[in-house]
This record gives sequence, structure tokens and C-alpha cells, in this order.
Amino acid sequence: MRSEASWGLKAAALGGLLFLHLPILLIFLYAFTTEERSYAFPPPGYTTQWFGVAWNRADIWPPLWLSLKVAAIATVMAMILGTLAAAGMARAKFFGRDQISLLILLPIALPGVITGMSLRSAFGIMDIPFSTWTIVLGHATFCIVIVYNNAIARMRRLSGGIMEASADLGANAFQTFRYVLLPNLGSALLAGGMLAFALSFDEVIVTTFTAGQQSTLPIWMLNELVRPRQRPVTNVVAIVVFAATFVPILIAYYLTRGGSETAGMGK
Amino acid sequence: MTIAVEFANVSRHFGTVRAVDGVDLTIAEGSFFAMLGPSGSGKTTCLRLISGFEKPTGGQIRIFGEDVSETPPHLRNVNTVFQDYALFPHLNVRDNVAYGLMVKGMGRAARYRKAEEMLALVKLDGYGDRKPAQLSGGQRQRVALARALVNEPRVLLLDEPLGALDLKLREAMQDELKALQHKLGLTFVFVTHDQHEALSMADSLAVFNEGRIAQIGTPQDIYDRPATRFVADFVGSSNVLPPDLTRALGGPAEWASLRPEATRLAPTGPVSGTVIALRYLGSGTRVVIDAGGTEVAALVPAGQPVPAEGATTAIAFEPSALHLMGTT
Amino acid sequence: MTARAILPAKGAADHLTGTFWRRPQLLLLLLITPPLLWLGVVYLGSLAALLLQSFYSIDEFSGVVKEEFTLKTYAELFRAQNLDIIIRTVVMATAVTLACAILAFPIAYYAARYAKGPWKAAFYLGVMLPLWSSYLVKVYAWKLILAKEGILGWAAEGTGTGFIITGILSIPGMEGSSLSTSPFGTFLVFVYIWLPYMILPMQAALERVPNSMLEASADLGATRSQTFRTVILPLALPGVIAGSIFTFSLTLGDYIIPQIVGDSSRFIGLTVYQLQGTAGNTPLAAAFAVVPILIMLVYLALAKRAGAFDAL
Repeated sequence: MRSEASWGLKAAALGGLLFLHLPILLIFLYAFTTEERSYAFPPPGYTTQWFGVAWNRADIWPPLWLSLKVAAIATVMAMILGTLAAAGMARAKFFGRDQISLLILLPIALPGVITGMSLRSAFGIMDIPFSTWTIVLGHATFCIVIVYNNAIARMRRLSGGIMEASADLGANAFQTFRYVLLPNLGSALLAGGMLAFALSFDEVIVTTFTAGQQSTLPIWMLNELVRPRQRPVTNVVAIVVFAATFVPILIAYYLTRGGSETAGMGK
Repeated sequence: MTIAVEFANVSRHFGTVRAVDGVDLTIAEGSFFAMLGPSGSGKTTCLRLISGFEKPTGGQIRIFGEDVSETPPHLRNVNTVFQDYALFPHLNVRDNVAYGLMVKGMGRAARYRKAEEMLALVKLDGYGDRKPAQLSGGQRQRVALARALVNEPRVLLLDEPLGALDLKLREAMQDELKALQHKLGLTFVFVTHDQHEALSMADSLAVFNEGRIAQIGTPQDIYDRPATRFVADFVGSSNVLPPDLTRALGGPAEWASLRPEATRLAPTGPVSGTVIALRYLGSGTRVVIDAGGTEVAALVPAGQPVPAEGATTAIAFEPSALHLMGTT
Repeated sequence: MTARAILPAKGAADHLTGTFWRRPQLLLLLLITPPLLWLGVVYLGSLAALLLQSFYSIDEFSGVVKEEFTLKTYAELFRAQNLDIIIRTVVMATAVTLACAILAFPIAYYAARYAKGPWKAAFYLGVMLPLWSSYLVKVYAWKLILAKEGILGWAAEGTGTGFIITGILSIPGMEGSSLSTSPFGTFLVFVYIWLPYMILPMQAALERVPNSMLEASADLGATRSQTFRTVILPLALPGVIAGSIFTFSLTLGDYIIPQIVGDSSRFIGLTVYQLQGTAGNTPLAAAFAVVPILIMLVYLALAKRAGAFDAL
């Protein structure tokens, strides 16, 4: 069976991969077009002026800072909560374990519009005004599972014996955590954090429900998509958003190579 | 004689499963004690009860006279060589060995010096900078041993430490472990399911079956005078004779064991039958005959004539070779 | 001068370790409580708020939310126009899921069984990157592609295949001035965006099929297609179902894609968004949001029975 793939299978597989990647390249191309009112292909001319224009647009910077802030805080919170959950769940079988793992998975298994609408209902009922923290609340919730998945996959792969060996050699629980667990878990946690950051930075579905009048970079982009002004500027911002997600993903991949952590579903 | 480890009516039940059930035993200081039994017999659980990774659901465990029911593993001056070695993958060999000293607060220079001494003891000088993944199975086993011994434990626990090694290496390591134990005068508690290993290495051993100790004694005791059918079956290549056969041989109606080495072939005798299997062992040939439904084996020393398969022969022995084991 | 067999506990760390050892449930509780509290309060609490809202109603004259229990809002879901929205969404989610499964199979199969070494890594990264990278940027890319003056139109014109696009756009239900304003465009973008979510679990399931099993099948005289139908497909099924949880669920709730690409016909997600925003009818928005939850709960229960969670 493993001999050689048929020509058709090869073509279909490669075609599928190209289908996944080619569209993104167009974003880059259109950032250099001289045509700002339509998406004419091929672009009538090429220019780099839009990068300068984008840099000087005052309405881009506040959303960028807000997105960075939200992503940073949500990532830290998700890393703490996700790691705790994984440490608890990896330890033992106990009553209600399956229900808890479902609860952790639910925020990404259910459509984002539900998380968003739910949070909005809760904020409404409790009269909580929209702020950076209402956005963070939503982001941290669906980022927990990303860190959790990475951490628990690594914990399963670790030989359980090394924790016992550490205690056997005289280490207390805190020394075992610091000298054995953390060094072996570190890269998986970092990878989880990277993915959580990437996810939070470009999240738009939940955010529109929890942001009120505030604008994150993806919300800014969404407004531009619905009511375009300078289209190539949107492309420049799209490149920034893409890079801000692409780089952490690559890092996460290299941190967890050999394992299967990042294949654990997310988003 | 000082008692290193003592179990007083110790049980460890997991729900309805009685992994260890009312075990009493004492292990003398400086002895090489083996726990022998098939998998699931409770021997590994007993080892984990000593190290503290399991807590008894009943009874009391004392280590050098001190009750350890409230003592967590890291405060027990007892170290373990784990079955899969459990070396820290992120640390090199030297740091693995020095780990126990590090967590106890010993300075870097001092602990590295002691680690190197210990590596020399297990013949791994010069391997300090390697990672565990770069070592062979036998080398990992030595690192695990050095990592445990460097802490100068009062008792060393070994959980099937040779199980993952090939036969030749295993035999060499058996001799080495035994020599090391003599040299250090340390109490070794050794878990194995290999009866040859247990018999050849231990000063005394406990045979486990279904969470209980079936017999405890010296290798000679257990080999020559198995207390139960289980022990006779599991430990030796002994023949187990049913009560009616024992009676036919002139004994009481009890189960009995009979070692093949204590027998010889004869033209006629009380136990006779057809030869159904021959196994050449090098030092002799094991001849199995079907004595009216019971398989009985005899050992024919090398150089003596061996009957052909299907031939009829009888087995003779001194009456004193028959060891009685009761009616159940 | 031998050391003691039992060392004394020094300091709080030793005492605490002892406490955790004596009461393992305590450590478990300490670990699991913060995340559970968070998810319980923030997430389940919000879901409860959503449910609560859905049982309120809106006063038709004043537009004020009446905070009294009623099933009136749920009854509104059964109006023809609202049923339409629900059916349209479910049909779209089903179509997208099927298309994803078909497109994903060759990629997952090749990556799982034939790709080796660097190719394997390339395939893995090639699927993972689009999965994680910016959702909005990917949607935007398709707006560029599908626009009338965009690359697809240009390519069709250059190769004389414009009739295909015109053909698609003339199918009843697919009408639009260009692909970017046709429901077919919406479908295409959904498939593109959610495809990686199907590939990864499918590949994971296929990788668990041992080679020996395929060889055994071949030894027993099965042809390639028989092996495929009777061995590979059933074994890949849990992966397909696991992937479909994502493609189905994500399509059910998405409101960005139909807003940017398509004929602005309404889907559940978009309706929720519009009802709570411009229309200010939060109770009906909440009731609409409960629909995907119910659909997904049924779906998850079915998937669990098919053993899909092992493939996640």
C-alpha cells in the first residue's frame, strides 16, 4: 500500500494545499497596487506608497494597541488557567472528569457568535459597561483550551515516572515543579501561549459583541471591508495582522516539533 | 539484626481490587531481598508502599523502626531504581545523578564530585555530559542506579531493573548488582517476575500471589520445600503431584512436589508412562512422561542414554525427595 | 553515623508537600478550581444569561425588553421568514461540511500514508498555517479573488472559460452580479476557511490505521477500491466526524463571511448580530443563538456515539 501514490492522488493533494495558500498571496500583491477603488487584476501599476499612508493614518494605531493589549492579557490569563486545568486533569481520574473536559472544549466547539451573544447578554443583565476587560474576558475564555490542549498533550507524552523519580530523590512538590515539570513543559506552554496570542489578536466574531464602541484591529478591518475607503491600506493592515498571527504560529510549530500538540484542534 | 523494613498486616485495596492484602514481612538490614511473583500479584505495589507512592489502606509500615504512614516519599531516605529508569530527559547524566544532592542544597562543585565518583562506581566515567537519549539501555540502567545510590539511601528499591535488558547483559548486571550490594552493605529490595533471577541473587525472598505472600524464606527453602502448589508451580521446574499419585507412591494423600533433578529413569517403578516430550538443556535432557494423566518430568544428565519419544519408561527417586504440601 | 531513614520536614515547602501527599484531592482541588471557577462563572454564567434573555420578550410598540418569562420569543422562531433562515443555515453548513470532507480526503490521505520526512513536515505546516492564520485576512483575500474585476474573472476571460462563471451564476438560487455577490461565493469561502479543520483530524485518524491492516486486506485478495471502502473509510470516519464538528459548528454561527461575500441573504449568525445590534431585539437574538446550541448538542451526542472524540 505504501508503495507509491497514484498520479491523481498526488495532484489532488498538492492542488488542495495550493488552494489553501494561493489566496493569501493576493493580499500581498494588492498592497502594492496603484488602483484604490477596485480590485482590478492585474493591478494597473505598482507602488509602495500605501505603507507610508497606513503608517500616517491616525485611526489605525489605537486599534493596533488595543489588539496587542487584549491579546497579551488574554494570553497570560489563558496560560495560567489552561496550565492549572491541564495539571489537574492529567493527574488522576475523578468523578466529573469528562464533564470538565467538555466544559473546557465548549467555548471553541460552539460557534463564536454564541459565546459573543452570551457574554453580551450577561454584561447587559449585570449592567457591566464595555471596556478592555470585557474583551479580555471573552478572549481568555476561548484561549484556555488552546493552552490546555498543548499542555495536556505534552504531559501525556512525558513519562509519568520522572515526577515520581524527583520525589523519590528528595525533591518537594515545588522543586519537582521547578526542576522537572517546568523544563519539560515549558516549550509546550510557550507554544500554547503563542497560538493563544495569534488567536486573540485576530479574533473578530466574539469581539464585536464585547467591544462596544471600541475598535480592535480586526474590527477596524471589518469596517473597512464593509465600507471600503483606501483599499490598499486595508491590505497593508491585513499584512500586519497576518504577520502578527503567522510568526507566533511558526514559533509554536518549532517548539512542539515531534509532538502532536499543535494538531490538537483549536479556534 | 536490625530490621530495615517491616510490614505489619499491610493492605492496599483499590476499590474492590485487593492489590496487597494483609501482608506481614520483615527485611533485615544489609540483605538482598527479592519480591517474586507473576504480574498483578502485588509485589510492585509493595515496593511502592515502601517508597511512599502508594499509601496502605490498612496496617503499618516501619522503616528502621519508624512508622512512615505520615511520611511523604521525598522525606523517606529510600531510593528507587525505576523499571523504565525514569531518567530526566532534559538533564545530562551528571545532573541526573546529582539531582538528589541538588534538591537537598549541596553546592555545585561538591555534588558534581560525588556524581563523578558514583558514575565511576557504575563504570560510566566520562559519560557525564551525555543526555539520557544518547545512552544504551544498559547504560541508562547504570545511570538510574548511580542516581539512586549517590543519596546514600538506607534502603535501595529496584523495580524489575533488568527487565528491559537482553539476556547476556542481564546476567552480567545480576553479578554486578550482587557485588555492588556486598560492597556497600546496603539493603536491596528487588522486585522481579523472573524466578531464576530471584533465586540466584536474593538472600531471602517472598513469593507473592494475588496480593498475599505465598511463602517467604531463603532460596533453598523455597526451591526445595515449596509451601504451596502455586509456589512449586511458579518457582521451580518442579513436578506437582496430585494426592492420588502421592498415595500410589506410598505417601499420604497430599499434594507433593518432586524436583526433576532428584529423579532418574528406571525400567520399572511406581511412576511409569509414555515419553511425550524431550527437551535438550545442554547440561542434560528433560524427559516428560505421561503418568496416567499427570505429566512428570525427569532430568537425565548429559552423557546418559535418553529414551525416544513414545517409548515407555519409569521414574525412580528416593522417598525423601518427595516434598509434601498439604491437601489443598 | 548512618543517616536517618526518615528525614525531618524543613520549612513550609516540605510540610505542604506532605499535606498534598496525604490529601491528593486537596492539590487537585487547588489546581482545578481557578479554571473551573472561570469557565463556570464567565462561560456557563453567560450561557445562562443568554437562556434567560431568550425567555424575555420585546414590547412591539416601545421596543423595550420586558423581563417576564414567556415563550413568545421562541414562537417567533417558527415564523416563515425565521424558519427560512434556520433552514438556509443548516443546508449551507451541511453542504460546506460535505465539500470539506471530499476536498480534505486526498490531502489527509496523502499526508498520512505517503508523505515522508520533510514532505510530511511541509504538509503538516501547510495545513496548520492556514488553520491558525488570520481569519479576516483570509476572508478578505476571497473578496479580492471573487470580485467581478478580480483575478478569477480575469483568468476566465483570458482562457475563454467565462461561461463557467456565467453558468454558475445562472443556476437558480446562485444568482448574483459576480461570484462575490452570489451564494455560491459564500459557500466557496466557507469551504476554504474551514477546510483545515477537516484535514487535521482526518489525517490523525488515517495515521492510526496500521499499515499491517491494509496489507492484511490486500493479502486477503481485496482490490484497492475494496480496501478503501471496507477498511480505510470506516477507520477514517471518526476523524471525518471530528472534523465535521468544527466545519458544521463554525458555519452555523459565522456572520462575517455572509456579510462580506454573498447576496446578503441572512444566516443565523448574521441574524443574531443584526437583531442585537441595529434592531435592539436582544430576546429574539438570544433565542436565535440557542438554535445552534441545540443543533450542536444533538450533533455532539451523535459524534460521541461514533467515537469521534478520540480523534480530536
